[in-house]
Order: sequence, then structure tokens, then C-alpha cells
Amino acid sequence: MKNETGSFTLRRFSELGIGAVLVVEFLAFSQLSPYFFTAENLLNVTLQASITAIIAAGMTFVILTAGIDLSVGSVVAFAGIVATGTLKTGIPVTAALPLAIFAGLVVGAFSGSFAGFFITRFNIAPFIVTLALMTVWRGASFVVTEGRPVWELPEAFSVLGTGRLLGVPIPTIIMVIVYLTAHVVLKYTRFGRYVFAVGGNIEAARLAGIRTHRVLTGVYTISGVLSAVSGILLASRMNSGQPNAGIMYELDVIAAVVVGGTSLSGGRGSIVGTFIGAMLIAVLRNGLNLLNVGSYVQQVMVGVVILLAVLLDQFRKR
Amino acid sequence: MTTPPLLGMRGIVKRYPGVLALDDVNFSLSAGEVHCLVGENGAGKSTLMKILAGAIGKNAGEILIEGRRVEIGTPAASQSLGIGMIYQDFKLVPALTVAENILLGSEPTIPGLPFIDRKAMESTARGALRQLGEEIDVSAIVGDLSVAQRQTVEIAKAISRKVRILALDEPTTSLTEHEIQNLFGVIRRLKAEGVGIIYISHRLEEVFEIGDRVTVLRDGKMVETRAVAEVDRRQLIRWMVGRELENEFPGVHLQRGDETLRLEHVTGGRLKDITLSLHRGEILGLAGLVGAGRSEVARLIFGADRKESGSIFLDGCEINPRSPREAIDLGIGLLTEDRNRYGLIAEMNVRENITLSNLRDLLTGPFISGSKEKGAAMAFVDQLRIKAPSLEVRVESLSGGNRQKVVLARWLHTRSKVLVFDEPTAGIDVGAKYEIYTLVNRLAAEGTGIVMISSDLLELLGMSDRIVVMCEGRVSGELTRSEATQERIMTLATSFRRVGEMPNN
Repeated sequence: MKNETGSFTLRRFSELGIGAVLVVEFLAFSQLSPYFFTAENLLNVTLQASITAIIAAGMTFVILTAGIDLSVGSVVAFAGIVATGTLKTGIPVTAALPLAIFAGLVVGAFSGSFAGFFITRFNIAPFIVTLALMTVWRGASFVVTEGRPVWELPEAFSVLGTGRLLGVPIPTIIMVIVYLTAHVVLKYTRFGRYVFAVGGNIEAARLAGIRTHRVLTGVYTISGVLSAVSGILLASRMNSGQPNAGIMYELDVIAAVVVGGTSLSGGRGSIVGTFIGAMLIAVLRNGLNLLNVGSYVQQVMVGVVILLAVLLDQFRKR
Repeated sequence: MTTPPLLGMRGIVKRYPGVLALDDVNFSLSAGEVHCLVGENGAGKSTLMKILAGAIGKNAGEILIEGRRVEIGTPAASQSLGIGMIYQDFKLVPALTVAENILLGSEPTIPGLPFIDRKAMESTARGALRQLGEEIDVSAIVGDLSVAQRQTVEIAKAISRKVRILALDEPTTSLTEHEIQNLFGVIRRLKAEGVGIIYISHRLEEVFEIGDRVTVLRDGKMVETRAVAEVDRRQLIRWMVGRELENEFPGVHLQRGDETLRLEHVTGGRLKDITLSLHRGEILGLAGLVGAGRSEVARLIFGADRKESGSIFLDGCEINPRSPREAIDLGIGLLTEDRNRYGLIAEMNVRENITLSNLRDLLTGPFISGSKEKGAAMAFVDQLRIKAPSLEVRVESLSGGNRQKVVLARWLHTRSKVLVFDEPTAGIDVGAKYEIYTLVNRLAAEGTGIVMISSDLLELLGMSDRIVVMCEGRVSGELTRSEATQERIMTLATSFRRVGEMPNN
């Protein structure tokens, strides 16, 4: 009993620990730069974080099942291209806009459920299946566009990525909605519970009557759809569909999830953790920018922070 | 006592938080002796062996080899003293060859070069196998070998390291009768060469066949050490369980109702033509050796495996569960063998493990209701008297008996009509066993049909209303409670075997 409460507080502490690191970061940058702790800058941080953070929410589901989704960055590009391409078909803007968003989301849903199908049906490692899809969608993006961005989009489309509602950037609002929903789904629904069970012990989960194939297909579909959401937002922000959008996003996203304390071996982690992880990295980048730290040095520092965060996670397991 | 024994362990004490795993245990072994170590699960046999192997430390006591006091702090120290261990789960690398495994870590090199001398390695390996009188291709991949062959490789590995003390932990669990006789031949050969052998087994007949002396452990204490010739089976059992057999199981219930489950000529996997029936309120024992197909029957009923032909009926209707989910919805539950691997989600707490199979009942709209869930879980914790500090502790922190109760609670929550218990008391101590038996009896009295798979014949004899015996994927006989004896069960369980027959896989 003593043991249990002991590890309980230790776990609590390290969850706080990663949050505490974020607070320290805030305090440090507030001291170092007068521009950091302003409403405008902080909103800017959330805007910059939103694209990868939205994907990281989906990736959390995948990693909780002990899987991985490497295709997210390419889905970002392909969904963006399909969405912007839809806008160029000549359909009146009022009809084309919802259609474009829908088409983009379908790309994500298809990619994710296809990955899930392949992984569960043929029992192939998620790493391999999503690695293949990463190449497929990236290639498809270049094939469809012949390597050129999709330009000259209707004005209304850029509202999604650049507009504000009551002063708050729309991507930030979407990110908050995604995180609240993901948190509720993971914590309070059967599906969420099953995600943890499958990641904890897939055979025991199956023998407890959980349809593990459905759960796995579900998490990859979620990851695909949320990647598509980001893809559409990114295209809107850039006001173009770029075939090379989202390159290397998978690494930023996985970093956010892992820094947030979700175990790569599955069964343990949280959406709140991922949010903190994503913000930690975004704040670091923003602060270093304000301090005029060069981007090469930034990369080194971000890497160091990821290592330190994972180290913290190791201590938690002891 | 002029010459000191090969091995002496004196006053060994091992404490774990809250448990005294070994309490002042003495154990000795002479050269050329087979000393059997028996006791129930959790009696401390494995703990004692782990101390000898250097895998864990002791809190008190001393170990002497030929009268000389030694410290065994690490597995390497144990090995260098000539102590070899053969565990149930072999420590072999499946992807490497027989020779590579036998010489793993002590590969001979070509003189003057950093390369492995494959020829020398293979001839050493061959030599070790020949010493055992076994013919195994030293260039075969270990992963392709049968369980018995792998065991031989393990023993050869120990021999090539010049062991003087060899401990075998339940070596016959997965072996056929023929292979067991082979193993005994190997043991006798080693014995003649002066190796001291510690033989751990729960099969008492083996103790009488191969043992010179026997030591009984119970609850971490040494009960007796005797020459095998001086004791009989009944006495051994009494020492092991610490009381007369009559008190080991709760009373008979027998309120047999209508037939609930029937299998007709079911074939699939290695099961051939299985026909059996189960009544409401009945406890049907399923006996057989490991590998006879008992667990496969359970998995098939439960939809975890598929049948190829034949029919399954539940309450008169034909069913064909294609997944555990479908079986659960039909009212069938399976308490798997090895509850830690196939039953529990270690990362989850007690509450989540109990409610996992029937969250449907706990929903408010699309959400799991916290209060409903706590209420349901708490009710089972009370009903089954699960000892846990709270619902929120991880299930890993519970004892074996309480973990089993958590799994049972899960199946009670799904309101199963038919429950299959696969080795329900493996790894559970005597007191908790009795509680599990009482619960099983109570479920039967309430009308649940129960299939109980067990390798513990005493348990089957004590609990079952009827016993179906399996052998090599078939039903080889059926015995009523009054007909059943250990001897009859064993005869049926080995009825299809002929000496010299090759194992099936």
C-alpha cells in the first residue's frame, strides 16, 4: 500500500514535472525578453504550435496503442493539395469551400483507415505500413501537382488559417477544440478505455472481448483525419497547396507526444501531457527566436530538451 | 559425516516486503545424488534456487561448497562455482544454432585470431551432446527444435561448462512420456558421473522414480528432508499442504440442472472429434497432460480460435462464436491460464480491469459513468473479498489470488452463464486457493456451468462433478466423481501414447 501511494506521488510529480519545466521556460523567457510575455506573442505561440499540436493529439492515440504513424507529414501535404485542388475546379466558392474541406478530410480518413486495415488484417508493423504511406502520399502530392504549388485560391479560403475570432487565431481555436474532444474521448468513453487496454496488453484486451482490430483502425483513422485538418489549415495559411508541405512533421509530432510522457511501448500517457509537450517545444522555439538564437542552435537545443524530457519519463518508471 | 557434502545451504532466509519467502531453510546435496525439492506454488522452491543461481540475494544464512563457504552474488559467480540451472522457460537464443547456444559466451577462437573457431565449437558441442547420449544436429537452429530437444541443449550447455551441481526446475512439464524417460536416462548418466542434481517437480510420481532424497517446503519453511525410500505419497502430500487432503476442498454441491453447453464432433487446430456436454450448476473437470488440447477446447468455445468442423450448442441453440466478443455476448467467459499475460492489463488499475468487458452497462449517454463504474467495481471487490488498498491501485500490486479474483469479477460483471477456468489456482497460495474453490462452488450452486482445466489432479478430483480426460487432442475418457482416481485419470491421459512414439510437434 505504501509502495503504491509512493509511486502514485512520483508519477504525479513527474506529470507536474513536465508542466513545471514549461513554467520555468515561461519565467525564463519573460525575464530575458520584454516581448515574450505579451498577449500577442503568446497567441502567436499557440498559432505556431497549432499545426503540429493538432496532429500530436491524433498521434497520442496511436502511440498509446504501442503503434506509430509516420505518414502524418505526407498526409498534411496531400490533404492540402486535394483541398486546394477542389477550390480550383470552378465550382462557386460558397459550395467549393465546404467541399474542399470535406475532400481534404476524406484523404486523411482514407489514409488512416487504410493503414489500420493493413496493420490489423495482415499483421504488418505500423512502422512499415505508415512509412510506406509516407512515401506514397508524398509522391502522390508531387505527381498530382507536377511539383508546382496550387496557387491563386479564393480569398475566403485563407480565413481558416489566418483569420481571428474575438482576437484569437482560428487554428488556435480549432486546436483547443481538438484537445478538449480528444481528452474527453480518451478519458470518458469506451473507445478511450479500449485504446489503453490494447496498448497495455493486446492479447488480454482481445480475450476480454475488445475488438482490437476496430480500436487500432480507429486510432489510425483519427491520426489521419487530424493530419488532414492540419494540412487544410496549413494550406490556408500559406494560401496554396504545397507538395513539400509537412516534411519531417512526424518527428516534431512524435517528440511532442513523447515529451508529454506517453510511453512508446503503449498503455500509458495522456492528452494533457501531449498538449504540454507541444507547448514546451513551441515556447522554446518562440523564445529562442525572440532572443535571436540562430535556427541551427535552436535545433540543438530542442534536441537536448527532448532527451531531458524522456529522461524524466525514465525516472518516472522506476 | 567425514567428507562435507557437495553443497550445503544453511539457515537461508529471504524476506520480501511483507512476506517471509524463506525462513531458516537447510538444504544439502551430495555428489551423485538426485535430491528432489517439492512444495506447492509459492512454497519457496524457486526462491531457493534463485539464491543458488545468484539471481537474488539472501538476507541470512550461508552456502558451502564442499565445506567451503562461498558468496554467490551474481549469476556469473554461481556459474563459476559449477552450478547450472535449467529453467522452465529456457535461456536459449532461438535464432542461433545448437553449437552456438551451447558455447554462448565461451566461444573458442582460432589461435591468434579474433575469429570464432567454428569447427572446435561444433566438436565441443557434439561432445557435450554425446555425453548425454543424444543425437542432435549441432548446426540446427534452436528455434526449429522440439521442447525436449531444447531442454537437452540446455543441459548440454550446462555440461560443457563443467557443472557439478545441476538444478532442474519442473523439467517435464511439456514433455511426452517417452521424452521424460529419455530425460531420466540423462539424469542417471550425470548422476553416475558424480554430478549432484536438484530436481524440482510437482509430479510426485517422478520423485519416486528418480529421487534419492526429498525435501518438502511449505510457506517458506522446510518441513522435512527424507530418503525417498522412507516416505510414501500420502505423507508427502500431507507435508506439502500441511493438512489432511479432506480439508483441502470445500464441500460437494451437485445441483445439476439442464444441459447448457454441448460440443459435438468438434475438430479444429489439433483438436480431433471433441464431444462433451456441460450442465447448469455442474463443475466439469478437464484433465490431461500439457499439450493434450485442454486450453484449445477452452479457446474454441470462447471464440478465440476457430473450429473446422463439428457443432457447438448453447442452451439448445447452435452457436459459432468467431471472436471473444461474440462469445461474451452469448454468456461465455474464459479465465485464461497465465492470468498476467492473457487476463490482466498490468498498466490498468483494479477498477478498470474489473469493468473492461462490460463497459456497456456503465454508460451514461456515450460516456462511462464514473459513479456507476465505481459502484460496480466496489460491489465485486466486496462480494469476492478482493484485498486491495483501493480501486485505483494498479492490479500488478495485488497478490496472485487477488488478481485471479479481479479476473473473476470481470466475468461475473458480464453475467456469464458458462465459465471456463484454465488453471485457476496456478501460482496461488493454499489459503487463497480455498477461497477460489469456494467461489467456484458458489457460482455452480447459482446455476453457472463451469469447466475447470487443471494440471493439479488433486484439485480436479476435489472439485469436479465429472471429469473428461483428454489425450493428444482427443477425449480419451470420462469419469464420474465416484469413479475418478489419479491412476485412472493418468491412464486415460496417456492412453494414446506408445513408448517410442514421436511427439506431434
